[in-house]
Amino acid sequence: MPTFVYMTRCDGCGHCVDICPSDIMHIDDKYRRAYNIEPSMCWECYSCVKACPHQAIDVRGYADFAPLGHSVRVIRDEEKGTIAWRVKFRDGRVKNFLSPITTQPWGTKIPDLRNEPEPSDDMRNSQLLAFEPKYIRMDDGDIHTLESNGLKFKEGVYY
Amino acid sequence: MGIKTIVEDNIDILVVGAGLGGTGAAYEARYWGRNKKIIIAEKANINRSGAVAQGLYAINCYMGTRFGENNPEDHVRYARMDLMGLVREDLLFDMARHVDSAVHKFEEWGLPLMKDPKREAIGAYMREGRWQIMIHGESYKPIVAEAATKQADKVYNRIMVTHLLMDDKKKNRVAGAVGFNVRTGNYHVFKSKTTIVGAGGASNIFKPRSVGEGMGRVWYAPWSSGSAYGLLIEAGAKMTQMENRIVLARFKDGYGPVGAYFLHLKTYTQNGYGNEYESKWFPALSKMVGKEYLDTEGQHLSHKPIPTCLRNHAFISEVNAGRGPIHMVTMEAFKDPHLEEVGWENFLGMTVGQAVLWAATDVDPKYENPELTTSEPYVMGSHATGCGAWCSGPEDISPDEYFWGYNRMTTVDGLFGAGDTVGGTPHAFSSGSFTEGRLAAKAACKYIDDGKAEGIVVSNKQIAERKEQIYKPLENYTIGRNEITAGTVSPSYILPMSGLQRLQKIMDEYCGGVTVSYVTNDKLLNIGLKKLSILEEDLEHIGAEDLHQLMRGWELRHRHRTSECVTQHTLFRKETRWPGYYYRGDAMKLDDKNWHVLTVSHRNRITGKYTLEKAPCYHLVGEEDEK
Ligand SMILES: Cc1cc2nc3c(=O)[nH]c(=O)nc-3n(C[C@H](O)[C@H](O)[C@H](O)COP(=O)(O)OP(=O)(O)OC[C@H]3O[C@@H](n4cnc5c(N)ncnc54)[C@H](O)[C@@H]3O)c2cc1C
Ligand code: SF4
Ligand code: SF4
Repeated sequence: MPTFVYMTRCDGCGHCVDICPSDIMHIDDKYRRAYNIEPSMCWECYSCVKACPHQAIDVRGYADFAPLGHSVRVIRDEEKGTIAWRVKFRDGRVKNFLSPITTQPWGTKIPDLRNEPEPSDDMRNSQLLAFEPKYIRMDDGDIHTLESNGLKFKEGVYY
Repeated sequence: MGIKTIVEDNIDILVVGAGLGGTGAAYEARYWGRNKKIIIAEKANINRSGAVAQGLYAINCYMGTRFGENNPEDHVRYARMDLMGLVREDLLFDMARHVDSAVHKFEEWGLPLMKDPKREAIGAYMREGRWQIMIHGESYKPIVAEAATKQADKVYNRIMVTHLLMDDKKKNRVAGAVGFNVRTGNYHVFKSKTTIVGAGGASNIFKPRSVGEGMGRVWYAPWSSGSAYGLLIEAGAKMTQMENRIVLARFKDGYGPVGAYFLHLKTYTQNGYGNEYESKWFPALSKMVGKEYLDTEGQHLSHKPIPTCLRNHAFISEVNAGRGPIHMVTMEAFKDPHLEEVGWENFLGMTVGQAVLWAATDVDPKYENPELTTSEPYVMGSHATGCGAWCSGPEDISPDEYFWGYNRMTTVDGLFGAGDTVGGTPHAFSSGSFTEGRLAAKAACKYIDDGKAEGIVVSNKQIAERKEQIYKPLENYTIGRNEITAGTVSPSYILPMSGLQRLQKIMDEYCGGVTVSYVTNDKLLNIGLKKLSILEEDLEHIGAEDLHQLMRGWELRHRHRTSECVTQHTLFRKETRWPGYYYRGDAMKLDDKNWHVLTVSHRNRITGKYTLEKAPCYHLVGEEDEK
């Protein structure tokens, strides 16, 4: 479903240009507003649609298999931590959906690991990753090894 | 254009491509490398790049050891069975024993994991199937991006990495990477002691079923340019199981996912005439692959799942027999409003296009069973397929043939991989790819601390030569464009899109794409290789009108190199190991006697010649297997 931009809503801020994973939202030189330069490389991932502060971007199903007359609109609200979808069918039926996008305030729960205690040499030489073994089972159990699980490697055909 | 050269020097860990694997790598690198210089070079914007740009509705790899659900070896056995016996079981066991710790971190970081109301007391997650848990994952990518960004010294967005740099002093050692900024055009040189490639798998190398605007609605993202493979093969890294491309049975045209539908909604498939069809094809198929892989009587008793490719085979055969289309029976499940909501949100959370398509065509699965299709093939290494680099496993478990010092290191010194990059590790999915990035990063830190990255030399000559090569398509265009009045047809250059379409046609027709019902043979593959090598000559004459096209040009080069390797591998393996993914018409049976092995290829960096060999397939064996 390639995206397109409504001329009267876009102010050329460039958020969509900044985010598009396919690098296909560009600002038109003459009108100073955004447009999709390569619709056949659009995944309709909606990243640009979600990022546009003016709801200027919409999606029209791929012309080679999607008839006209539908719409799927979205509002992603970072503060509320929700995403709201509105699906409108060609025949006018409407469905609404609301989901959470995070359970935490943005930008607060992920620590800068520079501030964590330095791992010991023992840990460096072990098979443990950061915060393991605790984070694997959330108890004191250790990580699995071949010995702990009674396993061997064998050449041959096993199913 | 005034192209500046920007050199980032003295990097310890360079992460190329920050998808799920790359973000995991950057995160973990800081834990073990407190004072190390960690740099990310990403083609798009880290906050929405890669296969998880639109989000996910499930984490497909979670053991749940904490809730007594599975042990790592259970996952290994499952992946082995699904891939018809051939996986790197050391890498899989290692990924599986660590993956839960990543998922528990995701939850802490804010990713909403759904809880199972029946097991509320212990806080167990909602299972979609034995390996999958359900999430509200719209912001999965921004969350892991934050985890990576916080730890990195710098994130360079919009850098298309085109080549890896090699040490000019010591043979077969990596020295960083080069690329260009898709916005400014600047030439970027990253000199680094180690490089972790997480640049993702390949879509769009086989002709897609939709070829107009819909060409972008591929199953794997259109920006999955096979760079993980293109970069590595060029650097001389050995690759494994590249023939093991994947075909997906998905909702028609939109390629909406089916996992939650089958597992959680308990929908099922039937042919165009309302009949069950799978079981009809299984007796003959069982003869093709052997009873061990498909036991028509015993499969249900043994609780072994039917391999993904074999289910595809039944689908493809039924359609070819003239009883299509195959439908997903949703009308029963969608009577339950909760399941209906899950069905829709599943699309909105990871494949919005499918919702758009159903809205456009008035398909409401409550009143109509939607059509399914089998997709064009994809090359990647983290779904139900294991294409990728031949990497070392961890020291405590890997057999000798699978171990050369550092976990997830390729056969090039200092060059590591994660996610789709690593071969032989199917069923890693998002969480497993992130975990592999973590494993690679810890090993990379150790590699540096062990003094393995001392004395790397990168000559100015190498840097200058790469620069000239990278920008040549802009020059081709400027010169060639003067010859013609207007339009896209020139006698001296071809546009990246034209080159891509030629590639797709070759791969489709000669290497087993959709238009030939996934069938190929030695004759076709040899012709394919010849055509690919002529295409390579033409790729010297790609014309790029602007920086965006220049990026498309380099994506095409990576896709081309990936395709060549896939074709070489497909030719080497003289059997049909995965019916439903592809068929060798000249060797239609599975042949365990000769081919119960992993295939390993090496492309000589100077001559471009491939050498292929068989590597032993080691299995994890417990006491009950030996009885
Ligand atoms: C439709 C769909 C549904 C899926 N569903 C699920 C699911 O439900 N659960 C689950 O767990 N998994 C799911 N997956 C699988 C999961 O997304 C992948 O397994 C995972 O993202 C692979 O990680 P990766 O790091 O290898 O690649 P990616 O995450 O794709 O990352 C690759 C990164 O490299 C960058 N890059 C590429 N080329 C270059 C270059 N030349 N230079 C610099 N950077 C570059 C890209 O921009 C990107 O950021 C799904 C995938 C798809 C497509
Ligand atoms: S929907 Fe996605 S791919 Fe398409 S223009 Fe927007 S951000 Fe780019
Ligand atoms: S984000 Fe919206 S307003 Fe800003 S340039 Fe893009 S379309 Fe225009």
